[in-house]
Amino acid sequence: MTAPSPTNPVLPEQSGFVVELEQFSGPLDLLLHLIREDELDITDLLIAKIADQFLAVINELGLNQAADYLEMAARLLRIKAQLLLPRRLGDDEWEDPRSELVRRLLEYQQIRELVGWLQQAATRRAEQLGRGYAPPSPELPPAPLEIELNDLLAAAERVIALIPEPMLHRVVPRPLDVEGATARIQALLVAQEEFGWSDVVGARPSVVDVLSAFISLLELAKRGALRLAQPAPFAPVVIRRESPREAA
Amino acid sequence: MSPLAKLLEAALFAASRPLTLEELATLGPEAAGEGEGEEGGEAEAETRAALAELRGAWAGEDHGVELVEIAGGWQFLTRREYAEPIERAQFALRPRRLSPAALETLAIVAYRQPVGRLEVDEIRGVDSEAVLDKLVERGLIEIVSRGEGLGRPLLYGTTPQFLEILGLKGLDQLPRLDELSVALRPPAPAEPE
Repeated sequence: MTAPSPTNPVLPEQSGFVVELEQFSGPLDLLLHLIREDELDITDLLIAKIADQFLAVINELGLNQAADYLEMAARLLRIKAQLLLPRRLGDDEWEDPRSELVRRLLEYQQIRELVGWLQQAATRRAEQLGRGYAPPSPELPPAPLEIELNDLLAAAERVIALIPEPMLHRVVPRPLDVEGATARIQALLVAQEEFGWSDVVGARPSVVDVLSAFISLLELAKRGALRLAQPAPFAPVVIRRESPREAA
Repeated sequence: MSPLAKLLEAALFAASRPLTLEELATLGPEAAGEGEGEEGGEAEAETRAALAELRGAWAGEDHGVELVEIAGGWQFLTRREYAEPIERAQFALRPRRLSPAALETLAIVAYRQPVGRLEVDEIRGVDSEAVLDKLVERGLIEIVSRGEGLGRPLLYGTTPQFLEILGLKGLDQLPRLDELSVALRPPAPAEPE
């Protein structure tokens, strides 16, 4: 009914998924941050220490539900476990399980340095403004239209000449006279118990007369006033008065 | 100023984007007409000379704008010292700043192009599809080809627009990797798993 008072604002429901995207742009970024903070040597990474810190931070920031961070956490724990495995002294086959991560961290650090460079370049570029700030159009805008009145009229005439004769649909009033036919048939039914098609429509009926009589016959048959029969295919239709008993 | 320099000045004023040397060379009278058999290089050389003249005419303390070589072309831009008052008066807007994620992705595309999404993901350690899409939308990168590998992945490269927002003449103005404090070997060939 009333708006919530400013002292008692309606808080949006807290969702469980909070990712502080502003702070770190990814797990590598977070790792680099931790390494820098502890002044560790990237190439000789203290995995146990960094893994614990990484887990602590993502828990604290609510990043522990983001797949990328979880994957990194798992990777760190695996490397930590691999480092704990005993190995023979002077084993040349042994490969430092950290090397892949170190390579990626160095690579990422390089990208971060480039980001700084790009950011500076963009900031410096933004100190200079171009003419207007409309997006560049891929094509030139069309030139303004120049036209003489006579040209326009001639063009209009050409267009009009191309239009075919209009095909008008002629609307005629509906000439069917179903009611008249019904009255005629009912009169016949009173006079005769049975009569033929030609008694209804006459000797030389028009199409309209035939249609009117036919519809009327069907309607009366439906109502149970008469019965239609045709002794053979294409034989004249015989119309017989329906007895009142059956009609009921 | 020579007639050609004045013509270039008018064209650069009319266009609100950088015009390339090639585009500008089509303006000259010899390019428009009889000089069919003539070397196109001659028109470009003349244009280049006229551009130098024009830049000289606008250089110095007497003007509020200058002619700048940018993104493979030429454009009149306001002098640095005037950006702030112009923006304060809200006559023009500076372009929106790019997020760290967008800049990371741009850096990777710029140095590894043509590059596919998987490689970008790998280097950044996060899924970069949305960022790549947004950069394509802003016209800073574009799909340049398809890779060989599984599913023929789309490969991205930078656009002239990328150079423009950084104020670079060309990609060769980006810092060389060996100039960075973190030296890194060039990307190793794909290791067999």
